[in-house]
Amino acid sequence: MSVTGQQATGGEARTPGATAPGVLSVRDLSVSYRRGGRTLGVVNGVSFEVQPGEIFGLVGESGSGKSTVIRSLIKLLPANAVIEGGDVTFAGRSLLALREREMQAIRGRDIGMVFQDPLNSLNPVMTAGEQIGETLRGADDSGRSRRERILAAMRLVHIPEPDRLYNAYPHELSGGLRQRVAIAIALVASPKLLLADEPTTALDVTIQDQILKLLIELRGRLGTSVILVTHDLGIVAQTCQKVAVLYAGRIVESGPVERIFARPAHPYTAGLLQSIPRGPASEGRLKGIGGTPPSLDSIPAGCPFHPRCRFAIAACRENRPPLVSHEGSHLSACIRHGELTELLRG
Amino acid sequence: MGAFLLRRIALLVPVVIGITLAVFFLIRLIPGDPARTLLGIHATPELIAQVRHTLGLDRSVGIQYLIFMKSLVQGDLGHSYFFSSPVSSLVLARLPPTLFLLAYATALTVLIAFPAAILAALRPNSIWDQAVRIASIFGIGLPGYWLGVVLVYAFAIALPILPVAGYGENLGEHFTFLLLPALTIAVSLVPLVLRALRASVMETLRAGYVDTARAKGLAPRLVLRRHVVRNALMPAITVLALNIGYLIGGTVIIENVFAIPGLGSLMIISIGTRDYPTIQAITLVFAVLVVLINLATDLVYAALDPRLRAEIR
Amino acid sequence: MTAAAVPSGKRPRRRFFRRRPPRTLLIGGLMIVFWVVLAIFGPLIWNADPTALHLDASLLPPSLDHPFGTDNLGRDVLLRIIHGAAIDLQIGLFTVLPALTIGSIVGGLAGYYGSLADLAVMRLVDIVVAFPFFVLVIAIIAVLGPGLINMYIAVGLVGWVSYARVVRAEMMVAKQMDYTRAARVLGFSDARILIRHLLPNVIVQALIYSTSDFILGILLGSSLGFLGLGAQPPAPEWGVMIAEGYSFLARAPWISALPGLVIVALAAAFSLFGDGLADYLRPEIDN
Repeated sequence: MSVTGQQATGGEARTPGATAPGVLSVRDLSVSYRRGGRTLGVVNGVSFEVQPGEIFGLVGESGSGKSTVIRSLIKLLPANAVIEGGDVTFAGRSLLALREREMQAIRGRDIGMVFQDPLNSLNPVMTAGEQIGETLRGADDSGRSRRERILAAMRLVHIPEPDRLYNAYPHELSGGLRQRVAIAIALVASPKLLLADEPTTALDVTIQDQILKLLIELRGRLGTSVILVTHDLGIVAQTCQKVAVLYAGRIVESGPVERIFARPAHPYTAGLLQSIPRGPASEGRLKGIGGTPPSLDSIPAGCPFHPRCRFAIAACRENRPPLVSHEGSHLSACIRHGELTELLRG
Repeated sequence: MGAFLLRRIALLVPVVIGITLAVFFLIRLIPGDPARTLLGIHATPELIAQVRHTLGLDRSVGIQYLIFMKSLVQGDLGHSYFFSSPVSSLVLARLPPTLFLLAYATALTVLIAFPAAILAALRPNSIWDQAVRIASIFGIGLPGYWLGVVLVYAFAIALPILPVAGYGENLGEHFTFLLLPALTIAVSLVPLVLRALRASVMETLRAGYVDTARAKGLAPRLVLRRHVVRNALMPAITVLALNIGYLIGGTVIIENVFAIPGLGSLMIISIGTRDYPTIQAITLVFAVLVVLINLATDLVYAALDPRLRAEIR
Repeated sequence: MTAAAVPSGKRPRRRFFRRRPPRTLLIGGLMIVFWVVLAIFGPLIWNADPTALHLDASLLPPSLDHPFGTDNLGRDVLLRIIHGAAIDLQIGLFTVLPALTIGSIVGGLAGYYGSLADLAVMRLVDIVVAFPFFVLVIAIIAVLGPGLINMYIAVGLVGWVSYARVVRAEMMVAKQMDYTRAARVLGFSDARILIRHLLPNVIVQALIYSTSDFILGILLGSSLGFLGLGAQPPAPEWGVMIAEGYSFLARAPWISALPGLVIVALAAAFSLFGDGLADYLRPEIDN
């Protein structure tokens, strides 16, 4: 059936518009944590594809497994995490099969990563310049051009007075500047892919906005693909072209951002959308989603979302709905995705 | 930097005054005439009268303390009638072996405890981690002086390859003569600091910048050296500084096991001969040493941590 | 920590065995029972005189007759170790108890009343901790004269500061708790509040600390015995025995070696017990 020779994935996911090979393709990724002799599935059969020059949003509440997904891509997981299966293809190479040594060569150079809290993610006893330079680590660079590259990266992320701030320690920088340093660390080696794990959550709202604009600008200037992990659909709307929504370690909906925002095909996404404040103009009441996400050791049978779902029917408790095409590359894992627009209206 | 140092020293003044007060009153706890106490049982009445006058014993306690402080500032720690020499020269001659032993033992403690803590923290619940846990539970009860005796037996009697008494003549000899004593002190100190060190390395390993360093593609060796070790070193220094009193106590005992001509063995000799001026002076010197080491620790800490360095400027 | 988790009003009571105690606590406890039984009943059962000389049997290596050998004066090393157990346990007890009592009272009062009393106590604490513990103890012994009683006095005079610090800190937290305020509103006297309501809560940390202090106390006491400042010969105190054997190390290493091993074993009992106790009373740390 499959002409591309891909593994059958239990009918869960089909590559949306599978013509252009993406920068990154994730197939059926499953990750679990070992805790006190028990195995907790954190990520279950997640598949998605990131195209060149695209900002791909990965959305979910805390505990949905979104951070685990991107950390798995460069195998930056806690010691008790195990990648159970799946396939991650980056620039034609299968990453999960790589040994730690080979993975090190890819980290930083081909795939950069930015973390949530810029105060914590920078080493307090090293200067900004030193920390950015560590990513280069190449013996091929002579001292001078190395410094030039570091300064260029600092200019790229709009750090003012790069010559002076090269020697600044993290505590001497504001939160926004620290995050710019963190982004420079991730970008100085010109990676093809940037992983950003809630890069604005720890920042003030105005600074958040600047950092997001920076990501958009960098994608335009460098053509770097970005995976942006966030819990905030508002940020996705502002920044991303495509989005995947994670719930309890599974993708429940994915596709182009405009389409999903216009007509969500999963009640969970719809709930998240309704909880975004849209200013005084919107007449809709701000609705949250009732209940709390399930804990990892008690994920409900059937659709994992059904206990919190307003539209759950008996069948939702029986079988786990597969991720199927709702409309072209817009996928949904809800058996009522066809009638959801009607349901939401009524 | 100068202002910081001055402020730190100013903070120490009350403590140092308290120390001198404590040492001053210590000798006056002895029932009877302090002059006779200080001079020993063989003193002539003329000498006692003379010392009574120089100590101001015929005047108020306040004046006596001021006289004590005045001679202290002039470097006069009294006279040892047992050794018939000024206490200050006795103490000065005995100070180098003690300082050498302290530094040597500290270095060995760090060399043993820090790598062990890192190994344990890197692999929680591994054999290494269990070994560190067991060593810290059972090692606390290891009597240092007994360990010294065992090492003397092992390396001087059973397998005679190391000197076990004295201090040696030159720097190289100091290192070999003091190896077993320093090792003894280190081994009894390590269990006390191991758990705190392991906890601080664990904390550092969880820090975000370690993730950042790994995400840069640095080899684990570099992540450890540049990011973990440098940041875990600071709490480690604090842990060591907290145990400085214990370290000095160990030195006093171990000097006696290995017959090292330092302040600790002088103190025990002086107790045996009731040489009170010397006991008083050594007590004072050790307390001042603790104060100075704590001050030095603050400075090292400041030199290592740019956040503090900025405050100092 | 535990106190802070209590919602309000009620005074938190610590019930024992609400959970299964850790294995280390049980093993350590059993070992302590063993040592106490040995110290009390050992000398009654084997009631030979541990100080009697048998010069015809000096420096005999371990054998069936003398499992731990004999010392230079022909005294059985095992007999002396068994009779010494009571001395060393007593040293542990009497180095800890005065310090614990004085420190808890002084620290508790300073923490409860605050202001000038607190200031005075804390300055005094600052001065005492400026001295290396061991050095100050032997300086005081030098003044008072060697011997067990003077050693207890010296350790008490120096050791109270650690307990005062711990109890004071706990007290400053506990006196702000709702149950204390409630007791005050009800018009209870300071004494009643302190003893009935605050003491049970502030003393726990001090008690945990005292189990490890017990070990340090025994080590301190035996090392003072070794230096000739603690128990005096011919008492079969273990540190004294190690010192006596040191002169005969080449010919009869067992005289020094075995008492040391016994100290390690006794300390291990308290160390395991203390480790388990700390685990048991502070369960939040593991999770």
